[in-house]
Amino acid sequence: MAHHVLYTPLTEEAVRGLQLEDTVTIQGTIFGIRDATQIRIFDQGIAPPADLTGGVCLHTAPGVRKLAEGRYEKLSIGTTTSTRMDRFVPGLLEQYGVRAVVGKGGLLAGSVAAMQRFGGVYLAIVGGAAALATMQIEEIEQVWWEDLMPECLWKFRVKDFGPLIVAIDAHGNNLYQQVKDRAAAKLEDLLA
Amino acid sequence: MRMRAFYEAVEEAARELYLRALKDIPADVRAALQRGLDAEKRDGNASAEQVMFTILENVRTADAQDTLVCQDTGLPVFKAVIGEDLMINGGELKRRLRRGCERATKEYPLRSNTVHPVTRKHTGTNTGDGIPVVKIEFREGSSALYLCAAPKGSGSENMSFLKMLNPSEGLQGVKRYVLECVLESGAKPCPPVIVGVGLGGTSDVAMALAKEASCFRKIGTRNADPVIAELEAWLLDRINRTGLGPQGLGGATTALAVHVEWAHTHISHNPVAVNMQCWRGERAEAVINGAGEVRFL
Repeated sequence: MAHHVLYTPLTEEAVRGLQLEDTVTIQGTIFGIRDATQIRIFDQGIAPPADLTGGVCLHTAPGVRKLAEGRYEKLSIGTTTSTRMDRFVPGLLEQYGVRAVVGKGGLLAGSVAAMQRFGGVYLAIVGGAAALATMQIEEIEQVWWEDLMPECLWKFRVKDFGPLIVAIDAHGNNLYQQVKDRAAAKLEDLLA
Repeated sequence: MRMRAFYEAVEEAARELYLRALKDIPADVRAALQRGLDAEKRDGNASAEQVMFTILENVRTADAQDTLVCQDTGLPVFKAVIGEDLMINGGELKRRLRRGCERATKEYPLRSNTVHPVTRKHTGTNTGDGIPVVKIEFREGSSALYLCAAPKGSGSENMSFLKMLNPSEGLQGVKRYVLECVLESGAKPCPPVIVGVGLGGTSDVAMALAKEASCFRKIGTRNADPVIAELEAWLLDRINRTGLGPQGLGGATTALAVHVEWAHTHISHNPVAVNMQCWRGERAEAVINGAGEVRFL
């Protein structure tokens, strides 16, 4: 279980070098996306107004205070359950070149396969730990699609963002599924 | 006009309790989280220890920065226990609780989560039709109002389950169903969770009991009925032996507590409801007397 410091945009090589349960700290910028953001991109077919190539996408809808037109102060930025947005992940990787998804709760088999095929990872952040994540986000650099507030497309500048745990790697391994399978195999013994 | 001060105090307390619940984790939950960290350390599970450490570090950061523990400000839920010797207008009580939530949302400002279930249009106030949820109970021999705010985040609330088992499935069926719900929930409700179980009643009552168990019971309390208390201990032991662990990444601490609440039921019913509460176990309480004097607990 190695620790890696990764700088954005991420390369395929860097992502493929990560193993399950390695820890990662991100430096640079990350994007914030949520249900409504991706419904617009994929269900309504509107391309994102930012270049996501090599990008790190955090599943979030931040709490913010509006300062001026297009400018926001961070109040509380944390993560939400990724499985709700699972169906959008293959598209993010294949069509827009995203390299890492950060969230909680994990992803399903289709996304795990897409990560193996296109070179992507899922990095687990501790759900509910928004006070810490907010400190690691230095500034909200940009926001697009404010009509979707708070589910806009956000760009955050981060410093020492993490540690995040590699929970799905680019080699077809899914830590959540491994843990769940082991638990399910114990069920009858636990009830005996 | 004495009551004007009372209702103003209710509104002010509702505003303050909503914010406190989001910022300040209750002492019983903090202690349980620390026990979770100790358990993972003992087991030498690096990922689980990392997660528990981050959770406690986050609680300390929220204290130091006077900020929200989690960005999910939830749907506001209140429990109001009205002393039977306190003569108040229940309609005005509910309006003041709602107004307190709206003020907290606007003045802090809190992220608003409340939308129409079909159009998904935001109200922008964290209130709306049926929101805040207000659960009203009564207490004999009291002349005060007890308020507890437990705003409910979506990750844990989405992990809610109800099954009308057959009576012939008995206690074993109940045990199996609760364990299946925990496995089905996996990482999604932000474990380590507080598992709330409601047994008996009608379907809606079972669900309400599960919510009482997950959100309003303090960790360390046991059901007064020894049969139910034994079930709580059995379930906690078995849930933590699943190995799902903190955030579902593996480990010994899947649940901080299991609370079971029950009601009598029909001879043909065997209802089981399960409601999860995330690790933050948010809860803030106050008592208000008839003169409008507020004491935060």
